[in-house]
Amino acid sequence: MNILWLQSGGCGGCTMSLLCAESPNLMDLFDAAGLEFLWHPSLSEASGAEVRDLLQAIEDGAQTLDILCIEGSIIHGPKGTGRYHMLGGTGRSMLDWVQSLAPKAAHVVAVGTCATYGGVTSAGDNPSDATGVQYDGRHSGAALPATFRSRAGLPVINISGCPTHPDWVTETLMLLASDALGAEDLDSYARPRFFADNLVHHACTKNEFYEYKASAEELSQMGCMMEHLGCIGTQAVGDCNIRLWNGEGSCTRAGYPCINCTAPEFEEPGHGFTETPKFAGIPVGLPTDMPKAWFMALASLSKRATPERVARNATADRILVPPSVKSRKND
Amino acid sequence: MTDNTTLLVGPFNRVEGDLELRLDVQDGRVAAAYANSPLFRGFERIMEGKAPMDALTIVPRICGICSISQSMAAAMALADFAGKTPSPDGAKVAQLLHMVENVSDHLMHFNLFFMPDFARPVYADRPWHGRAVDRFTAAKGSALKRATEARAGLLHIVGLLGGKWPHTLAIQPGGVTRAPSARDKVRLSADLAAFRSYLEEVMFGAPLERFLELETLDQVSGWETGDVALFLSIAQDLSLEGSGLGSGRYLSFGAYPSPNGPVFERGTLVEGASGPLHPEQIVEEISHSWMLGEAAHPSNGMTRPDEEMRDEAYSWCKAPRLAGLTYETGALARQAIDGHPLATALAREGSVRARVLGRVLELARTQVEMERLLASIDPRAPFMRHVKLPSDGEGVGLVEAARGALGHWMRVEGGRVTSYQIIAPTTWNFSPRDERGVPGPVEAALVGAPVRAGEDTPISVQHIVRSFDPCMVCTVH
Repeated sequence: MNILWLQSGGCGGCTMSLLCAESPNLMDLFDAAGLEFLWHPSLSEASGAEVRDLLQAIEDGAQTLDILCIEGSIIHGPKGTGRYHMLGGTGRSMLDWVQSLAPKAAHVVAVGTCATYGGVTSAGDNPSDATGVQYDGRHSGAALPATFRSRAGLPVINISGCPTHPDWVTETLMLLASDALGAEDLDSYARPRFFADNLVHHACTKNEFYEYKASAEELSQMGCMMEHLGCIGTQAVGDCNIRLWNGEGSCTRAGYPCINCTAPEFEEPGHGFTETPKFAGIPVGLPTDMPKAWFMALASLSKRATPERVARNATADRILVPPSVKSRKND
Repeated sequence: MTDNTTLLVGPFNRVEGDLELRLDVQDGRVAAAYANSPLFRGFERIMEGKAPMDALTIVPRICGICSISQSMAAAMALADFAGKTPSPDGAKVAQLLHMVENVSDHLMHFNLFFMPDFARPVYADRPWHGRAVDRFTAAKGSALKRATEARAGLLHIVGLLGGKWPHTLAIQPGGVTRAPSARDKVRLSADLAAFRSYLEEVMFGAPLERFLELETLDQVSGWETGDVALFLSIAQDLSLEGSGLGSGRYLSFGAYPSPNGPVFERGTLVEGASGPLHPEQIVEEISHSWMLGEAAHPSNGMTRPDEEMRDEAYSWCKAPRLAGLTYETGALARQAIDGHPLATALAREGSVRARVLGRVLELARTQVEMERLLASIDPRAPFMRHVKLPSDGEGVGLVEAARGALGHWMRVEGGRVTSYQIIAPTTWNFSPRDERGVPGPVEAALVGAPVRAGEDTPISVQHIVRSFDPCMVCTVH
């Protein structure tokens, strides 16, 4: 399958992350999966007029397009013209190009939270009037209408994340290439369920601290970051702590909170990114699928049952108290 | 070639972000060039009204390729605002992360962005073309695959210490959020050793220290191993030492500050003479930018886009000037200002070849510095210091991104950001004309570039533009 990749109003970081794909590298993975770039702004040889000719051929129907990947928000400003982002050399806005090319593609894939929902580019007072391709925050219908379906019959496939994990992108593309991704494989925000059915909380190395609500009070401490430091890993979708990033990394493993970057409107949490909003001393955002009273009851019970080891390590930047090792009988 | 014509070149790829060039061509050469940054997002506006600490989440997302540089500048501006410094070992970890990103950018520029142009059919008659096709064909060449794998391996350092790349929140004004253990240290040293092996086996084809001994242009021209040698033979055949000549003015904010001063020195270099840097002499002009307001120092600057996109202007990029003059920034500037003899000679040349070799030299030097820095980190030390921000004040963060000088200027009133101004390296290099009509560095370097008969995207122009390694998403931000 061929892929046209366009970069709209984003940072390019999802491409940069994609190039971190390993075992195999991105180029070998594409070869094996029968995927090839018609054009990619960071990777392809073609520049200038060669690219304009290609876009024209797709628009005219002379060139078939299998997958259109869009990275970055779609910029609508100023005043709905899209002129804050003109595609160089073409005299046309990226907004115009995306609306024109999307119906030609068998599949349309939005890569990253800017392209899916608007993302950080739409933060604050959204100076460039940025949206996602098919979503404006939580609301369906943006640069493409809510009713848009690509030639293959799917809505825009939303690989969210800021940035996306390289495997989320490569595995979505490989699933499309093997005709194995259908509407039932997307969640309610059109995210592929193979990563969105997990929570960042799953396999978080701070889970023992979470169990006892043994909390870190400041960044760099080892405890759970939900109570004080803004961590939303219990609500955020993503398999970040299962598949890991750049070798053995994840946000929580590096000692800073999950900021829910796979979700629409994560860029405006309504509080500091590393602070937990509280009401009467109790965190406002508790796990979504657990009755609040149960959560509170379990939390107060487990807090009282916290082992000394867990309590002391929670506010340290390294393990102070190791697990006790049972001595063998008769020693 | 007809005598006089105008070319509109774009979309211009294998640069980070969006770029469009307008070229006036006369007698087969570029007579005037106009660089347009055609994307405005307004990050400086987004920061207005935010809590200052939000900068650590928001501003790295200006750029997916210089993300850590943006983190460093923001963390430094916040520390400056608080009147604090990070814990010494925390600062070392942050610097290691920063070095890894800069090195990874240089590696990618050489292999994925710059060299693939030599595999184009236009060079099919050159003796080196077969080798260039084999090694550097875009998205396919054997060198590209090896470089991509080496880069992914090197970025494991950011995975371990920073959680992920790009867009880490690990770098804070007081230090870093993860204290590395002795075990982490040996793992990181293994990652660095693997990267050194790649550099020595593939890019340089020899021990790095041998390359670092080179001091003159003659010596470097005689380098015979690795992909660096392939570049040198191409550069000689195409006379890239005479292509895309700069003004001879360079600046650096100084890279990787330490208690003993920056690892790579801060300053200016003007036609071979080094001098101090006076950041207070920076002014961002907007005469040819789609911006409203006045020319100003970034501590008093503003970002008000001109929605009408008036005809006299042609770019969203402002035009930063130091004491009224254009300056080039980047690895060549940094290494020359640091006084490395080869870089000093290359800075005098100021060409396409010089900019590429400046990056190659820095790649080798930074590998050595990363090894030294990692060895000096004490796993028993604290990596974070508590930093409480005042409710009012100003902060400045000046760092060196891969592409050169990056500055953040922040003002806070009543606990909210009232002004956040950023000048990125490519804002310097790809600035439009200023109030005096003086073109920006790349615009000036393009004048005289040959345009072959029938070319609508001249190959010489592509070499010159890519030799600057522009990061267009940072440029306007």
